[in-house]
Amino acid sequence: MASLAFSSTSASPVALRGRPNKLAIGVAQSGACHVSARGSDRKARLFITRAVAVEKKVSRFEDVAMAPPDPILGVSEAFRACTNESKLNLGVGAYRTEDLQPYVLNVVKKAEKLMLEKGENKEYLPIEGLAAFNKATAELLLGADNHSIQSQRVATVQGLSGTGSLRLAAAFINRYCPNSKVLISSPTWGNHKNIFNDAGVPWSEYRYYDPKTVGLDFEGMIADIKAAPSGSFILLHGCAHNPTGIDPTPEQWTKIADVLEEKGHTPFFDVAYQGFASGSLDEDAFSVRLFVERGFEVFVAQSYSKNLGLYSERIGAINVICSSSGVANRVKSQLKRLARPMYSNPPVHGARIVANVVGDPNLFSEWKAEMEEMAGRIKNVRKRLYDNLSQKDKSGKDWSFILRQIGMFSYTGLNTSQSENMTNKWHVYMTKDGRISLAGLSLAKCDYLADAIIDSYHNVN
Amino acid sequence: MDEANMRVDRTSKSDSERRLSTLVRHLGASCSPSHTSISTERFENSKISLSPMAAFGSVFANVVQAPEDPILGVTVAYNKDPSPLKVNLGVGAYRTEEGKPLVLNVVKKAEQSLINDPSRFKEYLPITGLAEFNKLSAKLIFGADSPAIQENRVATVQCLSGTGSLRVGGEFLAKHYHERSIYIPVPTWGNHPKVFMMAGLKPMSYRYYDPSTRGLDFQGLVEDLSAAPEGSIVLLHACAHNPTGVDPTPEQWEQIRQLLRSRSLLPFFDSAYQGFASGSLDKDAHSVRLFVADGGELLMAQSYAKNMGLYGERVGALSIVCKSADVAGKVESQLKLVIRPMYSNPPLHGASIVATILRSPELYHEWTVELKAMADRIISMRQELFNALQAKGTPGDWSHIIKQIGMFTFTGLNKEQVAFMTREYHIYMTSDGRISMAGLNSKNLPQLADAIHAAVTTM
Repeated sequence: MASLAFSSTSASPVALRGRPNKLAIGVAQSGACHVSARGSDRKARLFITRAVAVEKKVSRFEDVAMAPPDPILGVSEAFRACTNESKLNLGVGAYRTEDLQPYVLNVVKKAEKLMLEKGENKEYLPIEGLAAFNKATAELLLGADNHSIQSQRVATVQGLSGTGSLRLAAAFINRYCPNSKVLISSPTWGNHKNIFNDAGVPWSEYRYYDPKTVGLDFEGMIADIKAAPSGSFILLHGCAHNPTGIDPTPEQWTKIADVLEEKGHTPFFDVAYQGFASGSLDEDAFSVRLFVERGFEVFVAQSYSKNLGLYSERIGAINVICSSSGVANRVKSQLKRLARPMYSNPPVHGARIVANVVGDPNLFSEWKAEMEEMAGRIKNVRKRLYDNLSQKDKSGKDWSFILRQIGMFSYTGLNTSQSENMTNKWHVYMTKDGRISLAGLSLAKCDYLADAIIDSYHNVN
Repeated sequence: MDEANMRVDRTSKSDSERRLSTLVRHLGASCSPSHTSISTERFENSKISLSPMAAFGSVFANVVQAPEDPILGVTVAYNKDPSPLKVNLGVGAYRTEEGKPLVLNVVKKAEQSLINDPSRFKEYLPITGLAEFNKLSAKLIFGADSPAIQENRVATVQCLSGTGSLRVGGEFLAKHYHERSIYIPVPTWGNHPKVFMMAGLKPMSYRYYDPSTRGLDFQGLVEDLSAAPEGSIVLLHACAHNPTGVDPTPEQWEQIRQLLRSRSLLPFFDSAYQGFASGSLDKDAHSVRLFVADGGELLMAQSYAKNMGLYGERVGALSIVCKSADVAGKVESQLKLVIRPMYSNPPLHGASIVATILRSPELYHEWTVELKAMADRIISMRQELFNALQAKGTPGDWSHIIKQIGMFTFTGLNKEQVAFMTREYHIYMTSDGRISMAGLNSKNLPQLADAIHAAVTTM
């Protein structure tokens, strides 16, 4: 037996004797402690085992604090725990049918059956992901005939849905643009700041939401973007702004592009709702394509969580539109270098589903139809909610902002206390910033919700 | 835009200067300060309308081409080779005797039942992943009767296979643990130091492999870990060490345990081959269970890539065994804060396959049979390769081939010999001399034996 260089311990034989010693027992049970020596040696060896193998009594992690629940995902947790019959989950942005059931798209079921029949293997994907998926996703985003694709200037790497794709881009910015910061809208999706914090990218906010109009503070937005140091990254929501549902008009997008150009900023798009906002993939890609046409280098994070209902499969991509194919190759190689120490290579299942749906003309058409249906249901729900609010609210308040907003979410204009009232009194689960997910609302429940909103708005401060 | 003009410029200029000189190169002027001012003047006067990027230079001016990943790059090179004789012994992915990738029957059955289940949805998993998967994974590695599990002292979160588990664990430690140093064995899986560095830890090393014996440098290991500052983190390969295949004996494991506990070193296990090394799930978990049995704390990164053949599904779990249930609860809550900004929540598909198999006694049993068959085939390849080299009279002691454990063999061949084997015999492997036994079969084994023989006798 090799001799071990133990550091001296403070444990004395006297202190240990007679104490029920879990450790010696544990060791004996495992059978791994060879105390086969005879006579007095045996006692000595047992002593050494006990003395030196005593673990700290206190945990190394004793001082770790209990983290608060995630403000968005925590809402669903709270909803599940609630036993009230009238409860309504308007927290996380996951699509529900009119019956408030989760929804797996028919094309997805078909694609999965197809995949099982094909019997493909489960080998590691390359670090950059499934090639067929990467090709399809870039073409969906930009249009297959887009010049940037034709000239191979787009670096696409499959990522873990929107979050993972944003994180890769953030890690890239941290490494290659260490003096640059990101500007995010006020408000924005709650996880954006966490992503940039953990990636070590400094950020600040640009004005976006105007509570007075429950609309876009366009002048504030332009002013803040102008004031940012040249070469900043401006995080823009491609469509269906989360959490407000307020999008710039095409004319406003053009002006935003002008300012970015003037200041040498780089547009960084978060595209989580392509096709889901208006029902049309092309229409929802307008803003991104505008910037690409204008000759910008553009970062675009994509997600298929909502538009293909692939929430749990974590499928998305980070696209970087570059000035040349050479640059695109180099950028892609460095994105791979960031993905490898994070998770090595991305999951194959969701990528194959997307590639199969997009790659088959019938499935692709069917997908577009299902997407229109989902977007259509949400638009109908908006209309119904607006109608209910206008009829029931006798104060004359103008609720039409709900109709102007677009996508899964609506910023109701309710403040924290009012949002809490929604939950505490009405069992309507939503985030504290006043955001409701219309995807979780049925026509049947609009009436109840209208009552809750009117009560919270007028009777709570 | 001409790619050549976008070359890296790493001189210490200010951002705007760098961008201007990039612009100047675009316009064809040579890159020097005097030219810069002349050219910008020309630009302003001519009022050329350029793309926004032209005015400020590319965001990517200082991005160079990254080299291919050394391990995954082997497959890239292999794919490019047109020779019909080529053999891929690079990445550790199991191949059948016919040289084909394998999807386990039990996995196919599980997938079939999942696809046919009408009540299945694709809603976001919780940040911590599929709860049932987490429980079953902890039981698999720690043992169903593990007191740590029974006492609720284990925080388990689903992660993206082994890599993802290591990264999440590393980031958690960088945020919440007082020691940043993590001691990793020399050699180790090439991705380990990168994962931990990116996580915010400081990779240090401890001696492990002894090239003269092609075995474990136990004395060196003990010396180095004895010298590590108290509380340091120590990475341990649970079994089937990658890349060497050299594992401590049970007796040595016990001594390692005592050493780590006596210095309050924090064990961080990487278990990528449970069941794959010896063919027995319990035997391959021995080292881990030894540490858990003494009541101490540890981290455990688990992967189902190899033992369930779920490589591309990215299924794994990180478990942190804590002193108390209270601490485990807090630790879990903080793990969520690491995961949320990385990818929000993990992918469902692979985890559901694992849960389906682990929860069913029949499927579980079937799995153990298929697992043993894979392990046995690899063990037989080891024997065959050893026999082949003996038969050829290849100089040197090749017994390490049958002594080493798991998917890989550390041949002891050097970089030049490896390059020779690739060039002359189309053998693809990592330059450290590691070969994946899983890629061998009776057809290509003779070629490998020839290649090794030629490399050793020629170079």
